Amino acid sequence: MPNRYAYYPGCSLEKNARAYHISTLYVAEKLGVALEEVPDWNCCGATEYFAIAALPAYALVARNLALAQGMDWNGGQRHLVAPCSACFLNLSKTDHYMADSPQLAAQVNEALAAGGLHYDPGAVFVHHLLDVIVDDVGYEKVQEMVTKPLFGLRVAPYYGCLVTRPDYKHIHNEPEHPFCLDDLLAALGATVIDYPVKTACCGGHMTQISEDTALELIRRLLKAAADYRADAIVALCPMCQLNLDGYQAQVNKHFGTDYHIPILYFTQVMGLAFGATPEEIGIGKEFVDARPVLNKIQEKPPEEGKKRRKKRRDKQALPMPELLRTHTGRK
Amino acid sequence: MALDPGIVPEGRRTFMQEVIAATPGGDPHLELCLQCGTCGGSCPSGPDMDHTPRQLFAMIAAGMREDVLKSNTPWFCVSCYYCVVRCPQEIHITDIMYTLKRMAIEEGYYRESSAAEAPDFSETFIDFVEHYGRSFELGLATRYHLKHHPLGMLKMAGMGLNMLIKGRMDLKPTRIEHLDQLQAILQKAKELEGKD
Amino acid sequence: MQHKPQEKPRIGVYICHCGTNIAGTVDVEEVARWAGELEGVVVARDYKFMCSSLGQDLIENDIKEKKLNRIVVAACSPLMHEKTFRGACQKAGLNPYFFEMANIREHDAWATDDKTAATFKAKALVEGAVNRVKFHMPLEPIPVDINPNTLVVGGGIAGITAALELANAGYHVYLVERSPSIGGHMAQLDKTFPTLDCSACILTPKMVDVGQHENITLLAYSEVEAVEGYLGNFTITVRKKARHVNEDLCTGCGICIEKCPRKVIDTEFEAGLGYRKVIYRPFPQAVPKYPVIDTENCTFFQRGKCRACQIFCPTKAIDFDQEDELITFQVGNIIIATGYDLFDARRIPQYGYGRLANVFTSLEFERMVNAAGPTGGRIVLRDGVTEPRSVAIIHCVGSRDKNYHEYCSKICCMYSLKFAHLVRERLPDAEVYNFYIDIRAPGKGYEEFYHRVLHEGAHLIRGRVAEVTDAAREPGEEGKLIVQVEDTLIGKQRRIPVDMVILSAGIEARKDSKEVAQLFKMGCDFDGFFVERHPKLDPVATMTEGVFIAGCAQGPKDIPDTVAQGAAAAARVAGLIHQGTVLMEPVRAYIHEDLCSGCRICNNLCPYNAIVFHEDRQKSEVITALCQGCGTCVAACPSGVISGAHFTNDQIFAQIEGVLWDVRAKATAPS
Repeated sequence: MPNRYAYYPGCSLEKNARAYHISTLYVAEKLGVALEEVPDWNCCGATEYFAIAALPAYALVARNLALAQGMDWNGGQRHLVAPCSACFLNLSKTDHYMADSPQLAAQVNEALAAGGLHYDPGAVFVHHLLDVIVDDVGYEKVQEMVTKPLFGLRVAPYYGCLVTRPDYKHIHNEPEHPFCLDDLLAALGATVIDYPVKTACCGGHMTQISEDTALELIRRLLKAAADYRADAIVALCPMCQLNLDGYQAQVNKHFGTDYHIPILYFTQVMGLAFGATPEEIGIGKEFVDARPVLNKIQEKPPEEGKKRRKKRRDKQALPMPELLRTHTGRK
Repeated sequence: MALDPGIVPEGRRTFMQEVIAATPGGDPHLELCLQCGTCGGSCPSGPDMDHTPRQLFAMIAAGMREDVLKSNTPWFCVSCYYCVVRCPQEIHITDIMYTLKRMAIEEGYYRESSAAEAPDFSETFIDFVEHYGRSFELGLATRYHLKHHPLGMLKMAGMGLNMLIKGRMDLKPTRIEHLDQLQAILQKAKELEGKD
Repeated sequence: MQHKPQEKPRIGVYICHCGTNIAGTVDVEEVARWAGELEGVVVARDYKFMCSSLGQDLIENDIKEKKLNRIVVAACSPLMHEKTFRGACQKAGLNPYFFEMANIREHDAWATDDKTAATFKAKALVEGAVNRVKFHMPLEPIPVDINPNTLVVGGGIAGITAALELANAGYHVYLVERSPSIGGHMAQLDKTFPTLDCSACILTPKMVDVGQHENITLLAYSEVEAVEGYLGNFTITVRKKARHVNEDLCTGCGICIEKCPRKVIDTEFEAGLGYRKVIYRPFPQAVPKYPVIDTENCTFFQRGKCRACQIFCPTKAIDFDQEDELITFQVGNIIIATGYDLFDARRIPQYGYGRLANVFTSLEFERMVNAAGPTGGRIVLRDGVTEPRSVAIIHCVGSRDKNYHEYCSKICCMYSLKFAHLVRERLPDAEVYNFYIDIRAPGKGYEEFYHRVLHEGAHLIRGRVAEVTDAAREPGEEGKLIVQVEDTLIGKQRRIPVDMVILSAGIEARKDSKEVAQLFKMGCDFDGFFVERHPKLDPVATMTEGVFIAGCAQGPKDIPDTVAQGAAAAARVAGLIHQGTVLMEPVRAYIHEDLCSGCRICNNLCPYNAIVFHEDRQKSEVITALCQGCGTCVAACPSGVISGAHFTNDQIFAQIEGVLWDVRAKATAPS
């Protein structure tokens, strides 16, 4: 594991996803992940800037990369971590495209030069927080820190779009049906449902542009979680959390449904298992209160899973092929 | 047909070559579309688009500039990248959608699409970014919604209030320290792109 | 150090127009005029088509009339016509190795539109050839006797066809098959498109023929371990894996299989859809009939207990101590027909295979509809009981997709249409949906079959399926698999709920095809398919003399094409055997023994093990018959005493000097 990461919280974590920020710092400290905030970072432009202008959008992102590159690295490899999926995408996309297209790199650097900055494509390795915890820290280390396993809590692992797609660095190899968050949550003792829409879209900014479109996308996610009897959905992006949490009431109103599914950040769930109090990790700030479902956590692992495994196979049934898991991680 | 827009003089480019040239970051492979429909089938907001992405690519190939730039399709792109990872021809679909948005704004066609307000949202968003260096949710919500959905604003107000109560929204924006530096960079980038 | 040519060269130079292929870019008249002024050139001409008989006559007449002793033709690649012009030389009484070809088409005219540059380069290539040919030596081709035995690798329909063709022609064949029985993928299929012949019914008679043929030595459950030698004289080592069943004693009665207490999922013949015993025969008509013990799953091999098969075998044929056997034999030619692997559909997780129970692969479905398969031919869901009321068949799974395989697998459209027919036939009330990008039905009776399936009421939806999911959105989707697709002919996204999904997985090269290519010294393309000598005109030969390919190992193809290639490869081999002796290029290395220091550096570098070291006189020697003329030793010899015939230092340096004529001209020109 690198001994230090530049930390890019992004605008959301400053305010609406404060809970994500707090729980990230809590978990990082427990796991010995050293985070140092990029000095004077700016907004990544989300999905908006690219719609208006291309080069300024890349330059906006590149300023952050240049600032990260300029931090004191003692000659070591530079690592940057972003907990927000949209920030992560914009940072890694800008790095990737600048490396891919010398023309773009030259133009972006010409713009950066106006602010006395420069970025060398590839100089900073951009990570999403999930990848750091899965690949750099590892499940074993996480498991060591678990003091209050989440036995009995049924969680839906929700990756959303941008962590496994488009995956410019080919870390996941499984943009459609990843397992790394599933495995992480299982390591915390939770019961992980086979969430069929784990990489579906939360609607992003469509809540602002076409509410009907957005509410339908949010409904699909809530319905699948309810169909699989999830107690909570675990997210790893502020946008996903906000859409699923903040618009849940509107979805219910719009479709006549009655969902009450709390949406937690994966760092909050980790914090719980590490023994944090709900307040320490920002639980209580969500619109759909998560505290009632936390009462479902039991002292002992549920029996259900074990029994099912022992069940003899149905004589008539045809054999099932084995599932392929291809997460390669960073080598 | 030589498709490398780099070697075709600007005035003689086909619409497709223009789109390719305006999409930075490596070859977007747009001319390779097989019309298989993987993008249109995968798109979460596909049912709300007036043309599926696949149809849009056929229209680009046919040079139907106006119809393409009036389409609401790019504005319904949620940037989920499903089409990109599934496309059998590795077409940079999301980036092309961004390009089409920019072209539609430049040429004014977006006002005729059924998503005429979408660019305003983007513009309001970046306006805050350009003036503070950070995004500002309260400002964005009030300014954009007051302009376009004064009635919807009432609906949104409940949520906004809730955000304030939960401590999830600031009343004033955060300004970065070296805003002048950021503005100089963006100004230069705009000049380089000829959008000053 | 440069030697002088032995005799005074009298060179004829011929510049070919190749229609407009060359003349369109190269100023051929100018090149000919210029070549006429080169030292030693007696005559230089340009001509429309040098490869025509009139063009060849031109060379022959000039050799006779103008007493030419060296010929240069500047035309296409020597791969195309070197043989033609060497023949013309020979007819006129000139040793054919006094000929040199300059490639001014592929290397020049086709590579640029710039006429000045092309003409300039043509001159360079011509001068290189003229300079080189002065140093050519007369050579005689090396006669090689062809061993009449043939090795066929792979016992699918391609290998079976090739083996039977040769055996019926009276030549002996060693047929090596990796799995316990021959038959290949074709043995797994139910019906074959477009005629709907029962696959087993047409295949098993051929399998029996192979098993009984006096000219075929069948080595099943065996793998080729080593290949040495060259065209006409290969030495093959085969590992015959231990079946743990003594073939001399076994009668094939099958009691051992019946009594074996342990079942495992059969991932090979039953494609994972059924079970087999741990001592097993892949299928009842297996050839040879002997069972084999799967030691990895056998209770006796794993825990030292059980022995049920041994106890019940009436002829005491079970032999737990049997070991692998290495068999060595000689053959003259090799036919590689190692077939294909099915694309692993789990690699496309959005189609749900491995996660969603009622998603099946095409091979699973073949086994399911087969009357001898795990369900006895009933089309049922994974529970083994419920008949589906709607079936989706997804084309192009793993094919026509740069994320997996860019190529079209060629057979999937047709077998998918066959599936649609079979579903409609067995379950007339079931709805069938075929999701396709394009329907590719180019074969005899194929398009007609497509029309028949349409007539039978299958729903053909043009669109590549985006995903298969169990996440229902609407009440009508609950409990179903939902196929989400853009119906591209309507331009709308559709979600079609079905009970069963079949993934029409494509063909891919065998996982170990690169190692196999290395073993037989063949070329292997990026996708892992073996490379033919010429894509149109020599589709079953490889760049290695005496090694031929047939069937899907060369690329995706259907049964008729596979059979045609198997027979074609056999015909090529039969032709060589019938000749008895073939003449090989005399391009061989030679060690000047007097000058050899005995350092032995060349010994281990030779990829063909063609260099021996004589301990008594401390000298190395190249065995001409084994040498393939690759030149490795020539380059490696620290004393420079190995020469490669037709590629001597003199020849190559002279050619380089010629190619660089303009550099020399500039250096000597007054400034």
